[in-house]
Order: sequence, then C-alpha cells, then structure tokens
Amino acid sequence: MVRTEIAVIGAGPAGLSAAIECARAGAKVTLIDENAKPGGQLFKQIHKFFGSREHRAGIRGIRIGEQLLKEAQELNIDVWLNAEVCGIYRNSELWVVLNHTESRLVKADAIIIATGATENAVSFDGWSLPGVMGAGAAQTMINLHRVLPGDRILMIGSGNVGVIVSYQLLQAGADVAAIVEAAPRLGGYGVHTAKVRRAGVPFYTSHTVLEARGTDHVESAVIVELNDSWQPVSGTEKEFTVDTICIAAGLTPLTELAAGAGCQTCFIPTLGGHVPMHDEKMRTSIDTIFVAGDIAGVEEASTAMEEGRLAGIHAAAALGYYKPSEEQRLSAEVWQRLGVLRSGPFGQKRLDAKKDILNARRTISEKVQ
Amino acid sequence: MKRIIEHPVLGRLEEAREVHIRVDGETIPAREGEMIAAALLANGKSVFRYTNKRHEARGIYCGIGRCTDCVMIVNGVPNVRTCVTPVEEGMVIETQQGIGHWGQEGEDGTD
Amino acid sequence: MKKCSNCACGVKIDGTPSMEELQSSPGYPSEARIRKGPVAIIECVEAIPCNPCEPACPQGAITVGSDITALPVLDEEKCTGCGVCVAACPGLAIYVKDFTFEEERATILFPFEYLPLPVKGQIVEMTDRFGRTVCEGEVLLVNTSKRNSNTALIKAAYDKKHFEEVVSMRRLARA
Repeated sequence: MVRTEIAVIGAGPAGLSAAIECARAGAKVTLIDENAKPGGQLFKQIHKFFGSREHRAGIRGIRIGEQLLKEAQELNIDVWLNAEVCGIYRNSELWVVLNHTESRLVKADAIIIATGATENAVSFDGWSLPGVMGAGAAQTMINLHRVLPGDRILMIGSGNVGVIVSYQLLQAGADVAAIVEAAPRLGGYGVHTAKVRRAGVPFYTSHTVLEARGTDHVESAVIVELNDSWQPVSGTEKEFTVDTICIAAGLTPLTELAAGAGCQTCFIPTLGGHVPMHDEKMRTSIDTIFVAGDIAGVEEASTAMEEGRLAGIHAAAALGYYKPSEEQRLSAEVWQRLGVLRSGPFGQKRLDAKKDILNARRTISEKVQ
Repeated sequence: MKRIIEHPVLGRLEEAREVHIRVDGETIPAREGEMIAAALLANGKSVFRYTNKRHEARGIYCGIGRCTDCVMIVNGVPNVRTCVTPVEEGMVIETQQGIGHWGQEGEDGTD
Repeated sequence: MKKCSNCACGVKIDGTPSMEELQSSPGYPSEARIRKGPVAIIECVEAIPCNPCEPACPQGAITVGSDITALPVLDEEKCTGCGVCVAACPGLAIYVKDFTFEEERATILFPFEYLPLPVKGQIVEMTDRFGRTVCEGEVLLVNTSKRNSNTALIKAAYDKKHFEEVVSMRRLARA
C-alpha cells in the first residue's frame, strides 16, 4: 500500500493544475496518468488561446502545457505514467495498474478526479470504414504523432473542435473538403470559422452525413440536407471525394471512476451528459473526492486549468494546508477568473449549466441534513 | 508523404532513430518510440484488422486507446491497441482476422 | 433550410462575417479613415472573453475594457497601422491595409500560419473571405519574428480595384 496525501487522477490541464496547487500548499501529491506522456489533450492544442493575460491569452496550448510541466517538475511532484486507475474504494483507496503488469494500492486522504471527456460517435452507413475517425483522433495523429491520417477530409460538426481541427488539418498539409453542421447555425466561434472559410473550406449548415463509401477505406462521403424537422430531404444528396471523415460531435465526461466510487451524478446536456455533482470547492457528494476539468462538465482547456486549481486549493485546505481565510482568498481569485471565462453569449450557457450542478449538489446536502 | 516533416507551428520533425518492424511479413521502417498505428499510417497502411463475422475492415477511430478499433496481433498477442503501443525493433505485427490468434504467425495451429 | 452560397448570410451561416456585421462592429474603421493611409481592420464580431489586442497596441488605439467580452473598439485617429496587433490577435482576425500605397495598388499585412511561406517578390493569389482568388499580389515582406510565436506576417501589394475583398492569400502547394 502506497501512502500519499492527495492523489490526482489524470495529468491533463486540470490534473496538472490541481497537482501544482496541492504541491504549492505543501501537500504530498501523487499525479497518475494512463498515458505515456502527461498533458492530456493540451499538447495537441497548437492554436493561441483566448481570454486575458491572466488566462495566458495569446499563448499556444502546447506552450502552456510546457509551462505546467515545468512547474510540476520544479515542485517535484510524483508523477506516475502508464498507470491506469482501475477503481476507487472506501472513498480513499485507488487500485492502480502500472505498465499493464504491476498492481499497486494507493491510500490517499483526498482524491481529485480529472479524467476529462471522450469524443461522441455519430453512426451512419459505412462509418466503420478505416478513414472514419474522431476529430480528436486526427488531431492526435497530426499534432502529436506528426502523421497525416488522410489527404482529403470531410469534417462532421462545426463546434470549436470541428473548426479548430479543420484548421490544424490544413496546417498539417491536408485539404478539408467541407464542414458539415446539422443545425441551421454554426457552433464554433466566428474567428475560428472565419479562418477556415478564408482558406476556402465551405460550410454546409442544416446538413448531415448520410454515408461513407468505399471498399476497405473511405473513398467518398455523401451528405444530405435536413428540413426543419431534422429529416433528410431526398434529392439534396451531395457526394464528396474524400479519404477521411472526422466526427466532431461533442464530448462526454469520463465519469466511470467517480460513479464507480459512488459519487452522485446529474444530467446536464449543455456540458456533455452525466456529470458528478460538485460544490463550489469542486467537492463531489463524497467528502474526500473532488473533480476538475471536462469530467465536471465539458468546457475548455482554460476553464479546466482554473477548476484544477480550485480542486487543488480546496483539497489541500481540507487536509489543513491552508487556513480558512487563505483558502477563501485563493479560491475567490480563481472564481473571479472562471467568471470571466464563462461570460458572453457562449459562456453564459456554460455558466448557467455549472450553476445547475452546484444547485444539484446543494440539494443533496440539504437532504442529508 | 504521410509524415509531417515541416509544420508551421510545430517546426521541423526531430530526428529519431529508425527501427524496423515486420508487418504481415514485410519489413517497414518506423521512428523509435512512436505508436504502432502512427508508423503504419505513415507507411500508407490504414486497415489494421477484419471483423469476426462480416470480415469488415477496421482502422483507427479514437486514436487514444479507448475504442479498441485499432487492435492487431503484436508479437503473437492479439487485441493489442496499436494507437497506444510504441514500436520496438523487430516487432512482429499482423493484421488481425476476427478475434485473432495467439503465437507468432499461426504457430498454435489456429487461423 | 437553405444553404447560402456566399450571398453574405453572416458569420453563423457562412462562417465569415457579412459586410453588415463588419461595418457595425467597432473595430472596423470608417471609409474615410481607410482611404487616408495604413490602418488596422479588426474583424471581430462576436462577444467572447478575449483582449490581447488591447495591451498589444503601442498607440493605445484598441480598447476592450474591463468586460473582456466587449468587442474591440478601434480609435481611428490613434491607429498608425503599425501592425503589432495583427500577430497579437489569437483569432487571426486583424489585418492592416494601406489604400494609399501606390496609385494602382494597395497593401495588406495579414497573418499566415501555413507552409510553405512565400518569399519577397513572389507573385501569389490574393483571396477573399470565402477563399476565392480575387487577383494576384506581390509579396513585399514576410515577417517570421519569433516574437509572434509562429504567426508569420505577410505584406502584399495588390490592385486596389479589389481593395475591400482581399483578406488573405491562397496557401501555396507543398513540395
């Protein structure tokens, strides 16, 4: 049994930020990630982030990732890579399997789950053909592995992931035949959509993908227009010669560990689906378990980092590393920055949805009393 | 050319030691430490297995080790997720048919 | 639901802002100012929390304010068209145009994050907001300063008959 004070599961932007805060407070923290390298999705974000200076605006995701890793190294945080957390028991024990071969039990006084989210799938005829993949898969291949998964891509979904990955595919040297959006309006930020439109990539709103054609690989894709009842309009089919179809249809929080541990969840469609209920301290329905980042609701890397800090501050405080006044002061600073990130027409929806989570959590506290 | 050698943001691809892997009997070059799936895509191979009942081709889907679409037989072990498994010098990789087989190149007698 | 094929339905349908959306945004300078000389043109029409353009401007010509979702306001008189804001904008939504460059030609200084980069003197295809080639352009300078973290700045001269439409150049074929 390995003893630690705070176990952080997931070394993406939220987990790294949480571990850094815990270590800064003086707590003994163990950061566990199933991948060979830390950083989660952050090292694939090669575009410049928005926000203001305090949110590291104008800096590329990869650079922010490097800064976080450097901070983590300077704080001598114990990082376990190739380490899969298979379960959480008795609110405080983690079963970890390292390198697929070594089993370890970890006892922690507090646990921060920062496991992120997974890409949604959209099925259609031929979707299982090689060449059909998640937008995140394409992004991983081009930005992490430096390999083009294809030469000519059809992107399904015009949210930020779809348009950003389309732009990155162009930067990697591929062509993007079109971006298809089922809704009548595009989902991503206007500056992102304008960048790809300027590169000649057409948008097809109120369209969806009908079929992927090919023998052992995607050779073409057919899209079709949708009417006001979201039904395909016969006769509006359009075929594109592509070798790749990327699906950017949203993300869903990876809640298995939290739910398996007994954390209560609530269903918040705006933020991706089932989300562990948490309070303002990012604490779930189980006192010793905190959450941060996309697992607590799909937003952005910048909010993930702030939530990670929040969870770190409050987990450390729960173990006595901060006086209540200090805990409050540090927490307020983060909440202020989060408030800014959740402002404006895009942010307001997320803000309201996060409030729903806080309310749900508050309701169960009241029930217990 | 499937490898992205020059990239406007990421810069020039760093040099890496070349290793050799055997894929369905053919020796192909790979970069030391890269994921098997990346090495195969870089060499123009995108079909990694065929399904059990309908013998349909499959390749990568999620790319980060969650969906298991990309599994192949690696060094005689079936169902290895190639997108999260790094290459090694002399690794033997086979396109997996159905649930695959244990042992190198059918040595256990099954298909 | 119709798909609009570039008749300017706006940023949520075409992906790129319509002239109406642009001209009603506070970052788009007046016609009079544009004709006077180099000026920044900010094509930022959506309220998202973002403000690096504000501290970037050495002349203090861009204001976002304390509510950072506010659209950037360009002070036409203060703006000298120096171009520092072009690389500072994470959305690549700013360029600088000079209507007065030559009798026949105007210039545009725009951000470009693709390879290969053109070289000084190269003739390239200038494109509009929909990526369509409008006319040719002569590359006058290519700035790859590390300070701009891999956002290259390209200045090109082109026929001022197409002054307004041109916002970028077509990506060059890779080797």
